[in-house]
Amino acid sequence: MNWPVAAIEYPLDVFQRILQNGPHMTIANDFSGEVEPFRLSMLINDKRYRSYTLQIITIALFMLAVGWLVSNVVANFAERGKTFSFAFLWEPASYDINQRLIEYTSRSPHWLAAVVGILNTLVLAFLGCIAATIFGVAIGVMRLSKNWLVSRLMTVYIEGFRNVPVLLWILLASTAFSAMLPAPRQAPVLAGGFVPTNRGFYVPAPVWENGSGILVVVFLASLVGAWLFGRWAKTKQAATGEILPVFWIRLAIIVLPVILFYFLLGRPIGLSLPELKGFNFQGGGFVRNSFMALWIALSLYTAAFIAENVRSGIQAISKGQTEASYSLGLPPNRTMNLVILPQALRIIIPPLISQYLNLTKNSSLAIAVGYMDVTGTLGGITLNQTGREMETLLLLMLFYLVVSLLISGVMNVYNSSVAIKER
Amino acid sequence: MADTQNNNSLLYISTKELPQLPAPVNTHGPGAWMRMNMFANGRDTFLTIVFSILVIAVLYKLIPWLITNAVFFADSIRQCREIDTGACFAVVTTRFNQLIFGFYPPDFYWRPILTFILMFVAFAPILHDNLPRKLLWFSALFPLLAYFLLWGGPIWGPLLIPVMLALAVLVYKSVSASLNPSLGVLAAVAFTVVWFFLVHDTMSETLASAMPIGLEPVESAKFGGFLVTFVIGVTGIVASLPIGIALALGRKSDMAVVKMICVGFIEFIRGVPLITLLFVASTLLNYFLPPGTTFDLILRVIIMVTLFAAAYMAEVIRGGLAALPRGQYEAADALGLTYWQSTRLIVLPQALKISIPGIVNTFIGLFKDTTLVSIVGILDPIGIMQPIRSTTEWNGIIWELPIFIGLVFFICCFVMSRYSMYFERKLDTGHRN
Repeated sequence: MNWPVAAIEYPLDVFQRILQNGPHMTIANDFSGEVEPFRLSMLINDKRYRSYTLQIITIALFMLAVGWLVSNVVANFAERGKTFSFAFLWEPASYDINQRLIEYTSRSPHWLAAVVGILNTLVLAFLGCIAATIFGVAIGVMRLSKNWLVSRLMTVYIEGFRNVPVLLWILLASTAFSAMLPAPRQAPVLAGGFVPTNRGFYVPAPVWENGSGILVVVFLASLVGAWLFGRWAKTKQAATGEILPVFWIRLAIIVLPVILFYFLLGRPIGLSLPELKGFNFQGGGFVRNSFMALWIALSLYTAAFIAENVRSGIQAISKGQTEASYSLGLPPNRTMNLVILPQALRIIIPPLISQYLNLTKNSSLAIAVGYMDVTGTLGGITLNQTGREMETLLLLMLFYLVVSLLISGVMNVYNSSVAIKER
Repeated sequence: MADTQNNNSLLYISTKELPQLPAPVNTHGPGAWMRMNMFANGRDTFLTIVFSILVIAVLYKLIPWLITNAVFFADSIRQCREIDTGACFAVVTTRFNQLIFGFYPPDFYWRPILTFILMFVAFAPILHDNLPRKLLWFSALFPLLAYFLLWGGPIWGPLLIPVMLALAVLVYKSVSASLNPSLGVLAAVAFTVVWFFLVHDTMSETLASAMPIGLEPVESAKFGGFLVTFVIGVTGIVASLPIGIALALGRKSDMAVVKMICVGFIEFIRGVPLITLLFVASTLLNYFLPPGTTFDLILRVIIMVTLFAAAYMAEVIRGGLAALPRGQYEAADALGLTYWQSTRLIVLPQALKISIPGIVNTFIGLFKDTTLVSIVGILDPIGIMQPIRSTTEWNGIIWELPIFIGLVFFICCFVMSRYSMYFERKLDTGHRN
């Protein structure tokens, strides 16, 4: 624990020399009073300079490699008479997209086709993430069930889905729909007006009539009300210790006004049911089989991975936490909500978000079953029609990069918000 | 005392040992096991009954179709349907060679088969450490041997590679002895690059014209089926591990430039789907090479798949590096080890051990992802499914081919994951940080 005496009796002239020569010398050298002059061999032998040398060499090699690649691209482009320009985006796409969320015709420009594709990707990814989470959490919890049969079946499900390529599942789902579902004329109308056929699913669609805007406003207002009530209940519990049945009251706040206004306004939102006319169904909405196949296959596949995340997250919480909570007198449901889940979620959510990312990237396999996502429009037909591989693929990669950077940004924010603050 | 004496007459004292009774029926035997694990309470009973009915219903439908009524030998789907009502696995048996080898010339089937067997010999010393260490030399040479066996051609090209590597080691040794290890590495790399791009082809061609020894060449376009899956998958697995380690070390490096390049590469690759990289391989990669060079699609796809897996591998290994206690790094520094010594002897062995589950998961993911090559037109098992279905004999086959392909993938991936668990247990020294 004794500091070297030299450190205390630090000679004054050392400071002066540092002031004169700059702080580049190590202090150890200065004890002897010698200044080591810079020699060229220090560039490789001295640890401090070597890292600069290596970095400069790395930059040089990197630039050289990039330069070589770029010069090759320029030479190849010149040889084939190609140019690098994004002007093609404003030319008419002249192809149709059969499933679209916004107005689009074959005379629309290529960029609009790309936007249609992007929206299709996002819808698929969004719905897929929701379904995968629901399945995954249910299966992960059931895998931990004490019931032997249930936990074994869930193990079979997880191992089965995880060990077979997702592309095979997508193709299987697609074949299953087109081979096993009946033609529209023989198709049964299921409860709620769903009609599964070998072309796709006919579903009831909402019809927005006068006054539906008010209903939406009422719904949003009751959401805010429920949130405010939750905050008030929490403050009250903190102040008085009284626990209110928050869940049921919130549910009532959300549901009751909407139902009330629905009838007061004379049922402004109707349903258009699909009806058989001739060889096909008219009315309602139509979801193509390619979308259904992708949605089901991607969510079942990702659910197997999410289930494993959920299982390991729950198992990672030590039994002592449950026992401690019981010994404090908390009932099982509050133990789960207040003790186990907050800790388990901290472990579960980061891998869950990267599964969302995987699902989004896997949605690019839509091209295998003909669903027109952004890979199918921008990276598929547009690429083939215009012959601009470089530009379209750059844009395509840029889109996916932005999406994944956004998602990992969200993950980082979450991680730092739940990180255990120590010391 | 007198009381106890009197009470003695009331006590029963056994004079011989009684035989052991069996455990109570309700805690023992299959009945009790079922009561505890399947019918413990009302909810459990309900779940057990529902799931049992479900399983029995599915099996009742599935087993006759899948096994008892299935047809394994027939010439066409029509013949299949005449024989029995079940699945027509005859498509798998008649087209078996195509599903495994694609359009590889049947006369040379022994070459992929031999490569496959030798692959296990090459992996054996890596996976079992009680085998003689000398076998590792065979493992190191196996990639060249596999290339030669699968693609054929004159033997000189693959044969000159070990010569080049030996010379590179010589260059490294002489430079590092006289100057500095880091410069030695640079010199060796420079030598390898110069040799590979300037000397290698001319020399092997000269040798080939002087002494034409080799195998009949087979072009990549003939590769198909599971052969392609294994070629792409195994090459990707083997090549992505060292690249991934290098990237992970680069990402943890103190040198800002190296770190930036590695982070940029890793995040870019991980941010885009594999399919876009495969599009790059199929349409764009030739633009990045000097005009006039073309090399075949499978090789381009292998490069992209390897880079893709390497980025994921780097993240897995970075996790292992981060999980290693700081004391290990500091102890290595305190012993006066250089960066490479501490990395090779202290850091990597432990970090890799920690990351085994992640590494094997990446391998499994890579192996499954090889199916995506069917989208860029390579006839892997999924790519070959459609041509088989559209022939007149097998038009109408739906489930049999995906079932067979899925089963093969399942077996491969399941074995890999179980092996990683075994490996993890074997390497577990019981230390916890």
